[in-house]
Amino acid sequence: MEHAIHPEPTTFIRKHVFSVDHKVIGRQYLILGMTWALLGGLMAYAIRHQLAWPMQKVTGASLFINGAAGPGIIMPEAYNALLTMHGTIMVFFVAMPILIGALGNFLVPLMIGARDMAFPRLNMTSFWLLCAASLVLLSSMFLPGGAAGAGWTSYPPLSARTEYSTVQLGQAFWILALALEFVSFLMGGVNLLTTAITMRAPGMTMMRLPLMVWMQMCAAVLFMLSVGPTIAGAILLLLDSVAGTSFFVPNADGTGGDPLLWQHLFWFFGHPEVYVILLPGVGALCEVLPTFSRKPIFSYKTILWATIVAGALSFVVWAHHMFVSGMNPLMVMPFSVTTILISVPFTLIIFALIGTMLGGSIQLTTPMLFAVGTIACFIVGGITGIFLGSAAVDMYMHDTYFVVAHFHYTLFPTVILGGLTAFYFWFPMMFGKVLNKPLGHVHFWLTVISFNVLFMALFRVGLGGHVRRVYMSNYDYVKPLQGLNIVATWATIAMLLGQIPSLINIAWTLLKGKQAPDNPWNSNSLEWQTSSPPPHENFKEIPTVRRGPYEYSVPGAEEDWIAQDAEPTSAVSG
Amino acid sequence: MSNWFPPEISTFGQEIDAVFWLIFWLGLGGFIIAEGIIIYALIRFRRGSGRKAEYVTGNSWRQASWILIPGAIVLFLDLAVDFAGGHAYHMVKGELPASDIKVRVQGEQYAWRITYPGPDGLFDTPDDRETLNQLHVPIHRPVHVYLRSKDVIHSFFVPALRLKQDALPGREIPLWFEADVSGVYEIACAELCGPNHYTMRGFLNVHTADEYQAWVSETWGDN
Repeated sequence: MEHAIHPEPTTFIRKHVFSVDHKVIGRQYLILGMTWALLGGLMAYAIRHQLAWPMQKVTGASLFINGAAGPGIIMPEAYNALLTMHGTIMVFFVAMPILIGALGNFLVPLMIGARDMAFPRLNMTSFWLLCAASLVLLSSMFLPGGAAGAGWTSYPPLSARTEYSTVQLGQAFWILALALEFVSFLMGGVNLLTTAITMRAPGMTMMRLPLMVWMQMCAAVLFMLSVGPTIAGAILLLLDSVAGTSFFVPNADGTGGDPLLWQHLFWFFGHPEVYVILLPGVGALCEVLPTFSRKPIFSYKTILWATIVAGALSFVVWAHHMFVSGMNPLMVMPFSVTTILISVPFTLIIFALIGTMLGGSIQLTTPMLFAVGTIACFIVGGITGIFLGSAAVDMYMHDTYFVVAHFHYTLFPTVILGGLTAFYFWFPMMFGKVLNKPLGHVHFWLTVISFNVLFMALFRVGLGGHVRRVYMSNYDYVKPLQGLNIVATWATIAMLLGQIPSLINIAWTLLKGKQAPDNPWNSNSLEWQTSSPPPHENFKEIPTVRRGPYEYSVPGAEEDWIAQDAEPTSAVSG
Repeated sequence: MSNWFPPEISTFGQEIDAVFWLIFWLGLGGFIIAEGIIIYALIRFRRGSGRKAEYVTGNSWRQASWILIPGAIVLFLDLAVDFAGGHAYHMVKGELPASDIKVRVQGEQYAWRITYPGPDGLFDTPDDRETLNQLHVPIHRPVHVYLRSKDVIHSFFVPALRLKQDALPGREIPLWFEADVSGVYEIACAELCGPNHYTMRGFLNVHTADEYQAWVSETWGDN
């Protein structure tokens, strides 16, 4: 495509606020996502506090939480709102903005050798629409009746009727916020796909794309193909909750709608959505592991095809969220088989990533440490999924803390640890500064240890049959497990405090850190072959790509890396 | 580790637990292998002085087989898990075994309303009896449960039976169980059903034959 898509802006507003530059927009998504992450994390703390020390004052929250029983005490309605908001925020306002919005925006044009996204103005619109969605969601917490309180899955009839939930407009705001979010990422997905397909630099064939670009493309396709039915469902739910229709609410005489319809519409999207936010994290591993093992990624094509197969499978597994929902038992076994089958492509991906390290020359930088931690923790999430995929075991496990621990073990590693892998890896390119390594290592160990303590405790609590989304452990059979609930809460506190070193690191580095070299990790792909941070329109001259992105330690080469656009030398032909 | 779960008292509970342990041991094996290789790689291949990485792309079939073979093994083990789990699932959710012990369980905010059909064995007749949160069943007899909901979705969860089923408004879902051990066991609600979801708590009273007869006489009289 043509060069010089937009002139360099001169005013502050056009440069930093309403910018159409993908690098600025990428950083904006990052800041928005990190702000939400802080809020979502504090909500997790409030939830855990209530579970460990029921009805006691939440330390440090008296100003923000006002229960009927006194300041700082969470009441059941507020508790339900908190758990709903925590899930909604973490999936839609942290994972999506950071992994798709920030990484996709910042990296894809640079990695394919383009000057910007295909539709820069649409890009800006997507971001500001997400800000609007954020405002709607945020304001819902201050409505009379409180924010939505039917869980992030918002199952009707609870989500559709004020008389059942005591939530008034909160639910409608929740739906509106999600609808805006979906539209924002639909536009983002169109933009990303168009960019990656049409704007690649000369020589950048599809099979020379860094896997990060492939993962972003797969995520965009999964999102765009799956979100439609949920948007339709959301509109019906909105009508049910504000206009009194009965799409999902049966009448007393058995006429009217069906609550299971919502679950099908929601999970048809909800399951692919898991892969939407999981794949970019895997993409980050695909870039970081080869760089710090100084070795090509193991079996590029296997990873690519396994991802596509997993993505395709993700459309035919959604009912595993509904094994005990009351759907036809004859449909359960097919979904159980497809669900367990997903372990095959993920085994291939995980073993390919581990295989990349074998025989390498491993350098444990901060991003590499996070990358290895991502794999090590994600393995637990993958294996525990098999228990839940097995319909028989799921009859016991469903809606217990085992499920909570399982999905946190899949999403925390890929989204948070994978996101931090990407953050530490590309920070020098995004901000032109090098983060402090010892502080990065402290951040890693505090986060990973507290994460494992927290969710191992919850696995055990779940095995004991502790159901999720309860205000307190009111059942005698789980009372002996209360000690572990307290352990999990202390681990949550440790994890939140463990983020302080990274905040110090970021602040100190941005203010006083030393200038980063253009390519601090000696990495091959195009985003490192320009200055860090890249100039307006990314490249002085559009590079010509001569080889794949993972040519590390090529026998006979002078260096252990060869940039994708480097001229062939006598020793090495492209 | 056998105390990880609450006591198990149903005829199908043992088989469900067996599927759990099958997956547990297979999973633990996979976990140890995968984490072991990671730790081995970090120690063996750490950057030492002059350590050079090998150039291995994994693009040939021969090299790719290092990951394709583990993938095939996982596929094979998946099928084993499917078969074991399928059998257990079918036991619980297949045809209901014949029984004359029937109860209707209705979830509502925030209680379990239990209806017994009485001597005529039919619901919605004058000899029906209702209890709130107390489910009385005899030991060693299959029990048919007809699950309903009055308002929102609830989930009938008896950990000791290893049985869970959502209760939906607008439809009736049949399920069954047979308890092997007498005693009182808690019934939880496993689906968020409103602000006081956590207070929804019932009790399954599994009676010995004599006790059950006594409860029947007490409830309906001796005629």
